[in-house]
Amino acid sequence: MKFLKAPLLTLLILSVVGLVFDFALDAYFQLILLYALVNCLLSMSLNLVNGYTGQFSLGHAGFMAIGAYFAAYANTKWDILPPALNALEFFIYCTGAGLFAAVAGLLVGLPSLRLKGDYLAIVTLGFGEIIRVTLLNMDFLGGPRGYSNIPGFSSFLFSFIFACVWLTICFFTIWRVMHSTYGRGFLSVREDEIAAEAMGINTTRMKVRAFVLSSFFAGVAGALFAHFTKFISPSSFTFLQSVNVVIMVVLGGMGSMTGSIVAAFIITILPEALRPLQDLTGVDLRMVIYSLSLILVMILRPKGLFGDQEITAVWRKYARRNS
Amino acid sequence: MKRLILAALLTLPLLVGCTKKENEILIGEYDSLTGSDATFGLSTNKGVRLAFEEINAAGGVKGKKLGLITLDDQGKNEEAASAVTRLITQNKVVAILGGVASGRSKAAAPIAQSNSVPFVSPASTNPDVTKAGDYVFRVCFIDPFQGFVMAKFSSENLKHKKVAILRDVKNDYSVGLADVFSAEFKKRGGEIVADSSYQAGDIDFKAQLTQIRSKNPDGIYVPGYYTEVGLIAQQARQLGIKAPLMGGDGWDSDKLSEIGKEAINGNYYSNHYTVESSDPAVTEFIKKFKAKYNETPDALAALGYDAARILAAAIERSPDLSGKAIRDELAKTKDFGGVTGKITLNENRDAVKSAVIIQVDGKNRKYISTISP
Repeated sequence: MKFLKAPLLTLLILSVVGLVFDFALDAYFQLILLYALVNCLLSMSLNLVNGYTGQFSLGHAGFMAIGAYFAAYANTKWDILPPALNALEFFIYCTGAGLFAAVAGLLVGLPSLRLKGDYLAIVTLGFGEIIRVTLLNMDFLGGPRGYSNIPGFSSFLFSFIFACVWLTICFFTIWRVMHSTYGRGFLSVREDEIAAEAMGINTTRMKVRAFVLSSFFAGVAGALFAHFTKFISPSSFTFLQSVNVVIMVVLGGMGSMTGSIVAAFIITILPEALRPLQDLTGVDLRMVIYSLSLILVMILRPKGLFGDQEITAVWRKYARRNS
Repeated sequence: MKRLILAALLTLPLLVGCTKKENEILIGEYDSLTGSDATFGLSTNKGVRLAFEEINAAGGVKGKKLGLITLDDQGKNEEAASAVTRLITQNKVVAILGGVASGRSKAAAPIAQSNSVPFVSPASTNPDVTKAGDYVFRVCFIDPFQGFVMAKFSSENLKHKKVAILRDVKNDYSVGLADVFSAEFKKRGGEIVADSSYQAGDIDFKAQLTQIRSKNPDGIYVPGYYTEVGLIAQQARQLGIKAPLMGGDGWDSDKLSEIGKEAINGNYYSNHYTVESSDPAVTEFIKKFKAKYNETPDALAALGYDAARILAAAIERSPDLSGKAIRDELAKTKDFGGVTGKITLNENRDAVKSAVIIQVDGKNRKYISTISP
């Protein structure tokens, strides 16, 4: 059970942090925080494809939508466990949502991952849109009217810890995959596909694996999103949502797990944090400043906040220079 | 230096300041001030601001001034939810004036409900919106009523027998109107000869229109938003379709004739109010609105204005500023003389009032008739 030590410890720390937040923050900050956690899951999972494996996917919102709708539908329609085991039921359906999205990822990935670069971006973008348009035309899922009255979590603490459980699972899964032979395979595909092929790596299979794992966590993120907002409609899963996740990955640094997390927090919090500015300036300059700061960050740090390193490495380098 | 800028940039979010003025009753408003349907949000906001200015000039409510905090939701559901949460928890507003789009209201209203803060939507016409709970109101009629109005007008006034429907499947508003129109028109002995669909953002509608033309309908019901309707009108005339187009209040924008040019002239839509009305309340409102913003108010501005005034009247009547007291007074609103007609809030917290039928004539809007519930 040694391999569970680090994840459990992380979870314990996060739970304590959650308990503090439960008392210290009001509902508004808590909601933003929950959105940030969902975005963390999204950016970490997309980082696996866009960062580590070097494939450019633009369809993340589609997989998120699948997860969100599955969890919403399952939780409202199927009641398999007694109310006392509510948390377990949520967990099962979140896993289900992830698996559902993973299957979709496999179906999308198998044919399209034979393509490269721009072509892959266009194909994944297309699949993302197909998923959204399909949802628009499914009447039992509310179609364009959206799906409302999704059961949510009873308290902030519950939501926070539930999200953190998934965050921990996601982080350690991807982290450990990246430090295994599979991870080396992913990296080799990114660095040089021909060389990787020559070394006996089935590059398509590697890409599909990364893609499926990434879709799984996108589906879970969608499920969490559905429970947090309690109302979903296809308009939440547009192409812009996919781009938003790509921005997080690029901002954090392609191939940096901690970078993805930090960037997800920045992207979620920044637009909200700029709201008070409106009181000072009188006009709503929020989105102008938001975009400007993104441009500035990319000019000052072209490889993203952390490049392809983790926050620990950046920190160590910084400490060494200062000593 | 580089590092300094970067650090400053990243700590920017932490500099959250909050201003709070004493002796003010704070009302929150959220709307799409940016994004794809920003004209709706901006219009509503202008109406609300005008109403607040007037009320404050006349001495305010309960001897206090009304303060307005407007937040942008970018047209996104989740942003609407966080904007409303912010208004309630950070700004501690006593009531919320909701946005235009029904989808956003559906995401935001339950939050107001669970915090017991009264929520008044100016223009969310989808029936489900006020089902969020007893703190959620609206001052506009609901989608079924607009579908009903047009079906009645089409079969009684225009004597249509066969009508085709072209709906925006992406849009819950459009689908709602089309469904009710279809049911009501059939009930009146008419026939729906074609029911085609398009999606917001489409540019070419010739395939659907050609199919509709083959059925030779007396009229075509297009309950969409002005951008697509303008294009549909043009393409319909290009294909030689003479039948009039009919629609709902989503048509109501100056952009309609900019996009549709002459092709849009002579078509009908249902609306909340018309600038041609001779009602003194309306003429007075238009005069004031023009003086302030130098433009003609559209229906959403009028609804925003009415929503703000109904809310202010309820706050004035209520014994204290608690959510419950204001809610109870809002529910008692009866025959309120608004710009968009005499407004009564029924037991479902929906407004009961009449609708007008308008004919497009270039930049002008010709008032045709008033249809009562």
